[in-house]
Amino acid sequence: MATVAVPQLSGYHRPAVLDWITTVDHKKLGILYLYFTLFFFAVGGILALLVRTQLAVADNSFVGNDAYNQIFTMHASAMLFLFIIPVWAGFGNYLVPLQIGAADMAFPRINALSFWMLPPAGILMFAGFIVDGGAADGGWTAYSPLAQQTGVGMDMWIIAVIVLGMSSTIGAANFLVTMFRMRAPGMTMFRMPIFCWTMLVTALLQLLATPVLAAALVMLFIDRNYGGQFFDPNGGGNVVLWQNVFWFYSHPAVYIMILPGMGIVSEILPVFSRKPLFGYKAFVFATIGIGGLGFSVWAHHMFTTGSVLLPFFGFMTFMIGVPTGVKIFNWLGTLWGGSISFPTPMLFAIGFVSMFLIGGINGTYSAAVPVDFALHDTYFVVAHIHYVLFGGSVFAVFGGLYYWFPKIWGRKLNERLGKLHFALMFVGFNVAFFPMHMLGLDGMPRRIAVYADSAGWEALNMLSTGGAFLIAVSMIPFLIAVVMAFMRPKDQPDDPWEANTLEWATTSPPPHYNFDSLPPVRSERPLFDARHGDEAH
Amino acid sequence: MAAHGAAERQGMTNSMLGFILFLASEVMFFGGLFAAYFIARADAPAWPPPLTPEQIAEGVKLELEVVLPAISTGILVVSSITMQYAVWQIQKGNQGGMLWGLFISLALGIVFLAAQLYDYTQLHFLADDTIYGTTFYTLTGFHGAHVAGGALFIAVVTVRGLGGQFTAENHEAVEAASMYWHFVDVVWIALFTVLYIIK
Repeated sequence: MATVAVPQLSGYHRPAVLDWITTVDHKKLGILYLYFTLFFFAVGGILALLVRTQLAVADNSFVGNDAYNQIFTMHASAMLFLFIIPVWAGFGNYLVPLQIGAADMAFPRINALSFWMLPPAGILMFAGFIVDGGAADGGWTAYSPLAQQTGVGMDMWIIAVIVLGMSSTIGAANFLVTMFRMRAPGMTMFRMPIFCWTMLVTALLQLLATPVLAAALVMLFIDRNYGGQFFDPNGGGNVVLWQNVFWFYSHPAVYIMILPGMGIVSEILPVFSRKPLFGYKAFVFATIGIGGLGFSVWAHHMFTTGSVLLPFFGFMTFMIGVPTGVKIFNWLGTLWGGSISFPTPMLFAIGFVSMFLIGGINGTYSAAVPVDFALHDTYFVVAHIHYVLFGGSVFAVFGGLYYWFPKIWGRKLNERLGKLHFALMFVGFNVAFFPMHMLGLDGMPRRIAVYADSAGWEALNMLSTGGAFLIAVSMIPFLIAVVMAFMRPKDQPDDPWEANTLEWATTSPPPHYNFDSLPPVRSERPLFDARHGDEAH
Repeated sequence: MAAHGAAERQGMTNSMLGFILFLASEVMFFGGLFAAYFIARADAPAWPPPLTPEQIAEGVKLELEVVLPAISTGILVVSSITMQYAVWQIQKGNQGGMLWGLFISLALGIVFLAAQLYDYTQLHFLADDTIYGTTFYTLTGFHGAHVAGGALFIAVVTVRGLGGQFTAENHEAVEAASMYWHFVDVVWIALFTVLYIIK
């Protein structure tokens, strides 16, 4: 299907650059999102290598304390605000309309606005490096009073994050309307692909949590620039107020950063196990459960402040392990008894499940109040966040790129290079981040630039640095595979993986209007039904 | 192409649903600011909080005059009613009635903003005078900015209405402007209650 030659208007063609700048096509905007976010993944990665180089040996003076503070702050800010959160908007933009059988998003021009707010914000945030006092250096959490004491780079960071937040808020409204209103005939809510469901819950979290971050950042800006007293105890303010409003956003935000990754994995595992996702509805309700519970656990970042209700937030944090555990069983049940093959997307998906499981377990472990008191602000927390956001989200990003590359760019990435990429990244990841558990248990605080030789942390830090560089090396086969793919013609059929969802029912890449015709949608696997007829039911 | 927008033919339009979601995010924004105010007030030993001797010497007084804001509240509530009147009129296809409703709402909104600015000049404290001043100016300031935005919205709708763009069937922008206006009205009633009334 969808092989009919499309009549082209001869005559006027917009120049390519103008076309990309003015496009409102969800697919092109999705590609722009992907380019933008992968660029900042590289920038954040270089900053991470600087961090690891500084920490490789004891008593190091490689970058200096002030620069170090800027570097780790901007590493996290780039990775969270300019990579992980918008990269899901990139996948979502490209895939959600295709997966629900629509021609575009509900509001294409607002969609373009969402994207075009990102580059100015990214430039503003990084322009901090060239102003007096340097870039933001209060950590990505910008705790008061630290965030009050730093230079103008902090104000630029605040404005940039507010703009990024606006982008994701209006983007969220766009995704919600698209999924509520634009589904193809037969595509009921419970037939939507799992990736769409995770984008839906993510969009709800963004819509309701991001404005609270904007409120927090506005207060910080007023405190810094207009003599405000929100976080200043001298004027009756409260430093812990910042932590409350900040984490009210930023805890749901960690689900914003992981849920679409779970969705991608849940698309990949069934295709390469040749089975439907085990427990589709359980997965949907678990996703909704994580989204709902996500609003009730923010204070587990604040146990040691002594001003939060420890039993409640500890208990709720354990509770959130339940829907997360449900998902692990969804994935294992999908693999169980399947006819499994191991192309590169599948490797990244399985890497996700195993690494995210470790991140989930060490997270739930540190939700126990006494454990948290011991581990708060140590490298154990750094290990946890990277097992969730790198072992989880980043593995899902690459799994998604290998999986949808044939659809988006019409070419397949080289399998051998992909497997090499996965192997290097998997080993490098564990070498880089597993030792951080031990360092944390040994008491190494996060965010320090220098540690004494007598602390005895050098060997594990050196190991971790080696792992970080191995991750960097793992990007080489990926980049070679991308270059090689672009040197080849677009040769991919509609459905190279024998997949389940509607994006594979059109050409690779799809025409700008997406579909010539749609197969009937009678289950959550319309393409499986189309391949096998009705005997499957 | 056949599939595009298949589900959108029933119920409210996509634009309206999108606008309601946008309003939900606005509610959360004010929710964050209100939460900060409540936490500050709950933590304070006294409300208004005590001043330093220097602040007292400078003539700072943490007091609010209630009469003018009470009148402003009445003005804003009336403007909400006239705005709803505009919606009801255009639902019946009465463009003239709608325009009267829009004009009066816009005028009342501008009067509210002017009264608010005048009120600011009568106060004896600034944003840096304790958490009381900070929260007062932040909350009322952001509310005022939203009133200004809403007035601009009504002005645009009015100009479009003068051009005869709205009919009984097609008047979404009027409904959206009205919803936005009710939203800023409700926020103001909450603000007036907690800032001026509850001691």
